[in-house]
Amino acid sequence: MYKFLLSTRYLRTRFIALASIISVMLGVATMIVVNSVMAGFSVEMKDRLHGILADVIISTASMNGVADADRWMEMIEKIGGDDIEGMTTSVEVYGMMTFKFANEPITRPVTLVGIEPRGKSSVGPLKEYLLGYDKEKGTRDPKSDPNWELSAEAKEYRKNWVFRSSWEDTADPDWSEYNQTSSGPETVDSEQPDFTDSEPAGDLPDTPNFAESPSPAVTPPDELVNPFLNQDSPQEEVDPTAPLRGRAYVGHGLISYQMTDPKDGKVIDRLMVRPGDDIQLSTVNAAMPPAPVSLGVTVVDILKTGMSEYDSNLIYCNLDYLQEVRGMVHPGTNVRDFTTIQIKLKDYSNAPELVKKLKAAFPPETFVVQTWEDKQGPLLAAVEMESAILNVLLFLIIAVAGFGILAIFYMIVVEKTRDIGIMKALGASASGIMSIFLSYGLALGMVGSGVGVALGLLFVNYINEIETGLSWLTGRPVFNEEIYYFSEIPTMVSPWMVFWVALGAITIAILASILPARRAARLHPVKSLRYE
Amino acid sequence: MPTPQISAVSIQKSYRKGDLTVPVLKGVHANANKGEFLSIIGQSGSGKSTLLHLMGLLDSPDVGEIQLDGQRVDNLPSKTRDELRNRVFGFIFQFYHLLPELTLQENVLTPLMIRHPIWTYWPRRKHYRELALEIIEQVGLSHRLNHKPSELSGGEMQRAAIARALIAQPEILLADEPTGNLDSETGKEIMDLLHRLNDEQQLTIIMVTHDENVAASAHRTIRLAEGQMEMVENAA
Repeated sequence: MYKFLLSTRYLRTRFIALASIISVMLGVATMIVVNSVMAGFSVEMKDRLHGILADVIISTASMNGVADADRWMEMIEKIGGDDIEGMTTSVEVYGMMTFKFANEPITRPVTLVGIEPRGKSSVGPLKEYLLGYDKEKGTRDPKSDPNWELSAEAKEYRKNWVFRSSWEDTADPDWSEYNQTSSGPETVDSEQPDFTDSEPAGDLPDTPNFAESPSPAVTPPDELVNPFLNQDSPQEEVDPTAPLRGRAYVGHGLISYQMTDPKDGKVIDRLMVRPGDDIQLSTVNAAMPPAPVSLGVTVVDILKTGMSEYDSNLIYCNLDYLQEVRGMVHPGTNVRDFTTIQIKLKDYSNAPELVKKLKAAFPPETFVVQTWEDKQGPLLAAVEMESAILNVLLFLIIAVAGFGILAIFYMIVVEKTRDIGIMKALGASASGIMSIFLSYGLALGMVGSGVGVALGLLFVNYINEIETGLSWLTGRPVFNEEIYYFSEIPTMVSPWMVFWVALGAITIAILASILPARRAARLHPVKSLRYE
Repeated sequence: MPTPQISAVSIQKSYRKGDLTVPVLKGVHANANKGEFLSIIGQSGSGKSTLLHLMGLLDSPDVGEIQLDGQRVDNLPSKTRDELRNRVFGFIFQFYHLLPELTLQENVLTPLMIRHPIWTYWPRRKHYRELALEIIEQVGLSHRLNHKPSELSGGEMQRAAIARALIAQPEILLADEPTGNLDSETGKEIMDLLHRLNDEQQLTIIMVTHDENVAASAHRTIRLAEGQMEMVENAA
């Protein structure tokens, strides 16, 4: 009984104990906040990493691909059975993208992925990442499925610039462009307010040399050439404003740049290419030795996944066109080659099982079977390691609090030497004395971590408000949206994490009180009574 | 001759101070019968407090035995000795030794709280509190129930300490210089209280003092000098 009474009484009367409670509390609160934010970030990031990747990806070792997707997909269907929700084929190849901006050709390395929008949507989100479907700025019908058609606005825009560029063509191209930047009233300049976002790029009539790249093996060169000269479809000849056969969703990072608004100092994104513009893509065909091929495509939409890795690298284009250009269509049979099959599962937890089975079925020298996590392994591992290291460091903070408790308790034991002697004289056993200090430690740990948990959860709950407040106080943003792609700080509180943090803190508090408690228990009653 | 209630048989005890071994008691005998008021007197350093501590099982002798009703108790396991200290002995100290965090009433209740774990104490807490009230009344402190020791005078603190010693209903009261820190007036009050307890409840009291006058009021006095018994005097 006295143990309980005394440890609570000590808790209430020792202000120094408040210090250790506060240190435990701060440690616990910090750990909860950091862990929640880290978890929020990593969930968000996983989401985005997963974003454009299907659950399971079967890709060919060679970029030239393998024929007959249907047969392989049938096989997958047989193996996967009910687990499979959707499947689609695609062609992935490296390439370059060139467009004209401010009269300079700009070239970027890209990963060119030929997709079929409906199939792609069936294995993962696609619509969500297209700016045309953006909730605020999107111009497309939110109910429509992603397709390769230009939106009405893009068509209008395209009409305007095709008309204009044909007018420009009458002059000497080099000089007229040079002059236009400084004088001409109808000129196209990125800094002109009329064309707020971009200048039309892919001035194709000026750049016939793009298309002249030799690709004798598969594609007739004229198909790659400027589509205004294309004889394939009579309609295009008639209407120069019609889009090219090649269509693309272009990664946002590839065609935008950031600048600071001189008026309010905010960082803003400016597009160099907008839907309706044409860009030039170059890659290699699927022959041996590979020959360069070039294709002009019309930008249909802009892809913004929020992962800069994807946004500054990816171009989706129409699969059938890419296959034709790369010579992946077998003449006669019309069987098409593919490089990847993307599979969406009904329940992702079955993925390892399925991957194992697929690995057995698909010849490993030709195919690589992976889950999306395998594919993003290093990045995910890095995130995981980061949070593990952070946790170790933060737990050290609580350990420091533990040493604080140790020191404070030692002091209290010394201060209470006489009282301990009295209690022993009155019949208290050594273990009883020890348990006073242990339960004192327990109480400190519990109060500290209890308040810490409350504080931490409160902080996490209002983290964005706190961020706003801090930004206002310091006059500069604490959390830069431009860096993280998140409009607000993502958090995720896991009850287990809270439980373990609190338990860990309490354990440390008890551990730290063991040493002083043992010292107290071993005090000799006579010696401690003499102390006066 | 009946078996004494408590007896110390040829006790030797020495303390170590660094490398030096200081003998404190060099073969001392002492005993007290039930209801006896025994005083131990001697100069500072004569070993009288040590003898009291040994008899109260706060410490163990190097040589010799402590017996309760003829049974040797000093070699019992420490748990049992803790128990005996709680049940058989009541202690009073020169510096009162009350716990500063607790109120007077709580201080008086400490021995019972130590004896009982929370689950047996809690259901009977009312009864115990009444018991404490009764005893506090006996020592005349009922107006000070909820005061902390720092708010009490020396005499009040000593009376509180006596109440604390009594609540466990001990068989033997061990008093270490109970009047040593009090003025003669309050000292006399305390001594009167002890005598009354001795008379009314037949409580065995062993009291250590260096004050001849205080010692003289006891039934019997053992005089210690340099760790040895000088003489035993019986009161007239």
